[in-house]
Amino acid sequence: MSEAPPVLEVRGITKRFPGVLANDSINLTLRRSQVLGLLGENGAGKSTLMNMIYGLYKPDEGEILVNGAPVQIDGPKDAIELGIGMVHQHFQLVDVLTVTENVMLGNETVSGPFLRRDKARREIQALSREYGLDVDPDALISDLPVGVQQRVEIIKALYRHADILILDEPTAVLTPQETRGLFKIMRALLDRGVSIIFISHKLKEILEICDDVVVLRRGKVAGGADPKQSTEQSLASLMVGRDVILEVDKAEARRGDEILNVVNLNVHDDRGLPAVERLSFGLQRGEILGIAGVQGNGQTELVEALAGMRAIEGGRFFIKGEEMTNASPRKVTERGVGHVPEDRQRDGLVASFTVMHNLVLCAYYQGAFSKAIVVDERAIADNARQLVEQYDVRPPIINNIAGGLSGGNQQKVIVAREFSRDVDLLIASQPTRGLDVGSIEFIHRQILRMRDAGAGILLVSSELDEVLSLADRVAVMFEGQIIDILSIEEADRDTVGLRMAGVRDDSQAVLEP
Amino acid sequence: MSSATKTKSSRRLAFKLTRKRIIAVALLVLGAFIFFESGSLDSELVTTLTFESRSRGEAPSVPDIPVPTSAYLLVIGLLFVVSGALNLIEFEVQRHRRISLALMALCGALFIPTVIIAAAAGNDTNLTTIIAESLRLATPLAIGAFAGIWCERAGVVNIAIEGMMLFAACFGFTTLFFLRGTALPLETAQLLAVIIGLLAGGLIALLHGWLSITFRTDQIVSGTVINILAVGVTSFVRREYLLSTEAGAAKLGNFAIPILSDLPVVGEAIFTNQPIFFMMFVMLAFTHIVMFYTRWGLRTRAVGEHPHAADTLGINVNRTRWINVFISGMIAGLAGAWFSLEATGSFNDGMTRGAGFIALAAMIFGKWTPIGAFGAALLFGFSDSLGIRLQMVGVGFPVQFLQMVPYAVTLVVLAGFIGRASPPKAVGQPYVKE
Repeated sequence: MSEAPPVLEVRGITKRFPGVLANDSINLTLRRSQVLGLLGENGAGKSTLMNMIYGLYKPDEGEILVNGAPVQIDGPKDAIELGIGMVHQHFQLVDVLTVTENVMLGNETVSGPFLRRDKARREIQALSREYGLDVDPDALISDLPVGVQQRVEIIKALYRHADILILDEPTAVLTPQETRGLFKIMRALLDRGVSIIFISHKLKEILEICDDVVVLRRGKVAGGADPKQSTEQSLASLMVGRDVILEVDKAEARRGDEILNVVNLNVHDDRGLPAVERLSFGLQRGEILGIAGVQGNGQTELVEALAGMRAIEGGRFFIKGEEMTNASPRKVTERGVGHVPEDRQRDGLVASFTVMHNLVLCAYYQGAFSKAIVVDERAIADNARQLVEQYDVRPPIINNIAGGLSGGNQQKVIVAREFSRDVDLLIASQPTRGLDVGSIEFIHRQILRMRDAGAGILLVSSELDEVLSLADRVAVMFEGQIIDILSIEEADRDTVGLRMAGVRDDSQAVLEP
Repeated sequence: MSSATKTKSSRRLAFKLTRKRIIAVALLVLGAFIFFESGSLDSELVTTLTFESRSRGEAPSVPDIPVPTSAYLLVIGLLFVVSGALNLIEFEVQRHRRISLALMALCGALFIPTVIIAAAAGNDTNLTTIIAESLRLATPLAIGAFAGIWCERAGVVNIAIEGMMLFAACFGFTTLFFLRGTALPLETAQLLAVIIGLLAGGLIALLHGWLSITFRTDQIVSGTVINILAVGVTSFVRREYLLSTEAGAAKLGNFAIPILSDLPVVGEAIFTNQPIFFMMFVMLAFTHIVMFYTRWGLRTRAVGEHPHAADTLGINVNRTRWINVFISGMIAGLAGAWFSLEATGSFNDGMTRGAGFIALAAMIFGKWTPIGAFGAALLFGFSDSLGIRLQMVGVGFPVQFLQMVPYAVTLVVLAGFIGRASPPKAVGQPYVKE
């Protein structure tokens, strides 16, 4: 396999940003029809490197070779001409335009000054068929789920005849099902001679799909690995630079009083349609109740309702025995609830505020941080300095704007804020989405520490592995209802997977295809 | 935790204040008002809707429509009340809901004829004149709105339309004024004057681009600077060069569209008109086609919505913006030329009278689409022409009140039926390459 000719080579690439050495003489080689995995923690320099290959940044040193010849890439236009396509981590799609318009943008099929949407549409349909990329060319981007938007991004690259495809953390936003679909598409691409650089920090995926792996750590190549001879453990150690405990080591749950009781809850989604229907469950102190389920089965709405962010249409819920149905978020917070929201940038942080102020978003008005109507900046700064160190927020500068931090560090700020308070009930929604193994390990340990300190924890995650490794009980949500609650002993991957697909008991499984 | 919370907590109100309900209440109040007012009118009053101006006794080529004023208002008042009441009820059955919504739309459509009939109570009122006047007065508003669309669709806020218009009105007229004494035929001089007007608008737009694209000044500030500058510079020019001789010049001449101008009634009222009036329709078609059917339009919209995405596809964001801002300025210049060269044949201080801002409002009401903006500009033009008309007829109502009503209704109707307008997402944000 490795005798295939190199299509893209990076030699000695170095990139400096003010105060940071983002890439330090990086070398890598991508061979024809192969997948090169690029692995690294948040901020290791993966995206910087890819942006240089795609012409968005200019390298300070080093050279890039395409098909053996050195090339000068001054902008995306040059990269596109060289057959390089990139699917960015944050999709570069214009919401209000259709799929066809997005695909043709910058490379329009025209006759005279006029667009030929019909021609472009036919080309898109042909590409869809060839690669199994099921997309409606006339749909508006804003109406499409992220999985489909990603396919549009891939079509965009193929439409420009890319034979080198860079996928920057393509699976971070996908459900396990969608990830499987993506892998199928990637294999179809490989069969047709496309070569792929696959960026991820999900070790399992790297092992499954890649032919070769390069690990970056702090801007340098930490080493290469052959996926066939590597394990998740060995890749994780290479990536973090120390041994990482992937398995969560936890003691038996010591259950206490009931802290959360939900009775016949009904909640609607944004369109006003029922998302949670007559849902009931209880949660005790000292245990973790994991909520598993394919995304979009009402988990988001359930969490928002419990956090006071979404109106409850029917039913009620109690925290420590007091009814909190339709209470305001502040009231819920003051009742001893910590909330790590699913969409950290929308609901978790004020991106334009500093780290220091984000750390007191739910307490700034209390005695510790304000005197009369004036906030006590010194107390807020002291608090921030302590938390930034304790929760290892990088860089540890409390006056940094939160929006400028990497995703993992933004999450650490939220976790620091929510976990450092005196919390009896913790609602954590997708707490480790998009984070690297080091950060995941850290957040998992914090969740367990909270549990052992006697808090009840509601953990919602679309990562089945995360639920299975942390939870003491697993509730599976399907179409707005809890279809089953399993103890962790009963909950193996297969059973939970069946429940996630809506199969209520195992005898039925035989009937399902 | 911040913005989402606010919107969601309002949903907890038992009685939900939806847009539909607000309109329904407005209809109820208005209907009741019309209903009771109709009682105070003499039941013998008849408003006659005519379609052409003619001398007394001449036979009409299009028959007149007599409307018994008080009976008409009685019916309309009832219709408004019924429609308002129906729309306050949440119907379970889809068909009932559709009927009540259709009634609401009917009330909206009947509003303007009602204002005309009520205002003219007992007199003749010439519909063709009202329509032609509305179109004529809508000209600078519509063209100004198109100027706004060119700019804002590319992601640059343009509140400087007012200033660009004023510059164009001033320099266009100054050009004509100085060419008057030369051997140039009048039409050539006027054409040159309009072209200078366009260029004046375009040049000022380049200043806007320079400030807001190159130096990334806040686009609102840059626009405000231009508006203030325009007032100062143009009044200076007037005092120094125009005032001394007390200037007046020939307006742009009428132009008859072949064939169409031979039509009865509308041929004379609409299809025989001045050139910038016709340019309004040309610009409407041009803007619509460019924005939605050409490569340039697609790129412009992409740059205004998501400049980074456009950049990753090799589109030069700032170059696209520069060109659009320049075109926008020239179009605004055309609107400005209307004031001095087409409407009056003179230049006065501040003669654009805020039309640039009303044009912006029309653009927003029209949801940044040329056709929508044109419709909104027509509504504003209608309100202008109605005001003028009422002053001529001399009705008992305070004229200012009637003049105001169409604006108020525009707000309610557009907020209600058309919904929240969302601007291009990147509007107002300078593009910085990482």
